[in-house]
Amino acid sequence: MKKAPILRSYTLFYLLFLYGPILLLPIFAFNDSRVVAFPLQGFTTAWFAEMAADQNLRNAAWNSLIIALSVASISTVLGIFAARASVRYRFPGKGPLMGMIMLPLVLPEMIVAMALLVVLLSMNIPLSLFTVILGQTLICTPFAVAILTSAFQSLDKSLEEAALDLGETPWSTFRLIILPLVMPGIMASFLICFTISFDEFIIANFLGSGEPILSVYIFGQFRFPAKVPSMLALGTVLVCFSIILLGFAEYMRRRGIAKAGGKDSGGFL
Amino acid sequence: MAETPSSEARTGLKLISPTAIYVILLLAVPLATVLVYSVLTGGRGNVSLPVTFENYSELWSKSVYGYIMFKSLMVALCVTAITVILAYPVAYFVSFHVKPERKSLWLFLITIPFWTSYIIRVSLWFVILGYGGIIDSALAGIGIQPLNIASYSILSIIIVLAHAYAPFAVLPIFVSLEKVDRSLLEAGQDLGESRWVTFLRVTLPLSMPGVIAAALIVFIPTVGDYVTPELVGDGKEPMIANLIETQLLKLQNFPQGSAFAVASMLMVGLVSVAFVFWNRRFIGGGK
Repeated sequence: MKKAPILRSYTLFYLLFLYGPILLLPIFAFNDSRVVAFPLQGFTTAWFAEMAADQNLRNAAWNSLIIALSVASISTVLGIFAARASVRYRFPGKGPLMGMIMLPLVLPEMIVAMALLVVLLSMNIPLSLFTVILGQTLICTPFAVAILTSAFQSLDKSLEEAALDLGETPWSTFRLIILPLVMPGIMASFLICFTISFDEFIIANFLGSGEPILSVYIFGQFRFPAKVPSMLALGTVLVCFSIILLGFAEYMRRRGIAKAGGKDSGGFL
Repeated sequence: MAETPSSEARTGLKLISPTAIYVILLLAVPLATVLVYSVLTGGRGNVSLPVTFENYSELWSKSVYGYIMFKSLMVALCVTAITVILAYPVAYFVSFHVKPERKSLWLFLITIPFWTSYIIRVSLWFVILGYGGIIDSALAGIGIQPLNIASYSILSIIIVLAHAYAPFAVLPIFVSLEKVDRSLLEAGQDLGESRWVTFLRVTLPLSMPGVIAAALIVFIPTVGDYVTPELVGDGKEPMIANLIETQLLKLQNFPQGSAFAVASMLMVGLVSVAFVFWNRRFIGGGK
């Protein structure tokens, strides 16, 4: 490899810019001052204690957890159907149908949220955690389809044919041969949908009827300067949490590729 | 498996139907509803006939709406240009100067920030840029007056959005750079071109599809961003998403809000089509 000192330092600088705000999180989360500013005032864990004692925050976190688990499960199941159908079968209307399923990726989220909201309000359907789940599933499904499509693509079709020749039914072939092979992809899809949903704001805010949801709660709290330090503590916890989840998702993805004997092309999508 | 085309088609359709039905009910139907509402007459919280194009003419006649649309477009284009230009050298570095086995580690490092809480990242900027915030207090340490960058709403919206969507831009550019045939570059240099000229005449045109994909990926969510103008701009500089929210939720004017939503979709669509056409020029041989 050629050395490129300027490009290299530029890239490192760019990474610093990307990580800058995230690196500031723990610095000020442990800083002993309600005012988030330099100079630093000394070490404290008071903000973490304040965060842990906040009952509203705990409710919001619990609701977010329920939403994220439901969204991740539903999106991954819907993703399996769509990805399997598009990789394995040819059928009429496949292009438009897949385009429709992937559409939320290229629509501003606000439009999706507002369109759904208009319909829900017109039909007098009360907003609840359930409507948030419905909306977020729409946003997460394209991600699940993208991840699972690459998992299904790396499958060797002859394995499936062999199983059918040996007398397995299509369903038992799917369960015994295909499912185990795409399992890492399913895990990766679940984890990524979970992360997206847990973090999602627009749909949670507009389809959520004022039930506390973590992202909406955080958004509200940042308006009160006195609440900012405990939000930074929460942010520190969330960042650690999502890095662990993503590390795990990346590990599953690589294992999936290795299992199917493919070559790693890098990246999630 | 010996399948006739028609049985294959049936199995495929059956398999995709749960996902397709979900998407049709929860996406296609709502979008169609918005389209229909946008040409109806409406009061507070209800819609009625007759069919009218007044909601759209309102868009043209009231300069404040036109201004917000134009501003959202400009902010999004600015953010897109900044992110893509900043991301290109990074993608180039990872593709050309990093050992193959280390590439996915670098990409992973670049994408992590994108997956960490969006709301916290954006809110943090509010604390970083605000009056007496982290930047101001750090500058005060070396004797510089507070800048209060957050008071320049549009500037701070651009900074925050460019940061939030930065990782998005690197991946597509990287993918297209990976596809560039390395022997073409050697050929260029063997024929006496300098490295810079080879880059301009070979690498850059060949990687244009990635650049345009990156531009689209950044442009679409930024034009519809709701959180940043609300939080960083302090609501003083609303963008399209905020306008739609005001019409639909605060004023309960469904037809007018729908017309804004349709108009912004059209805008996004037109810009995307322009990008795609631009892309076609480069796919067609890059002469």
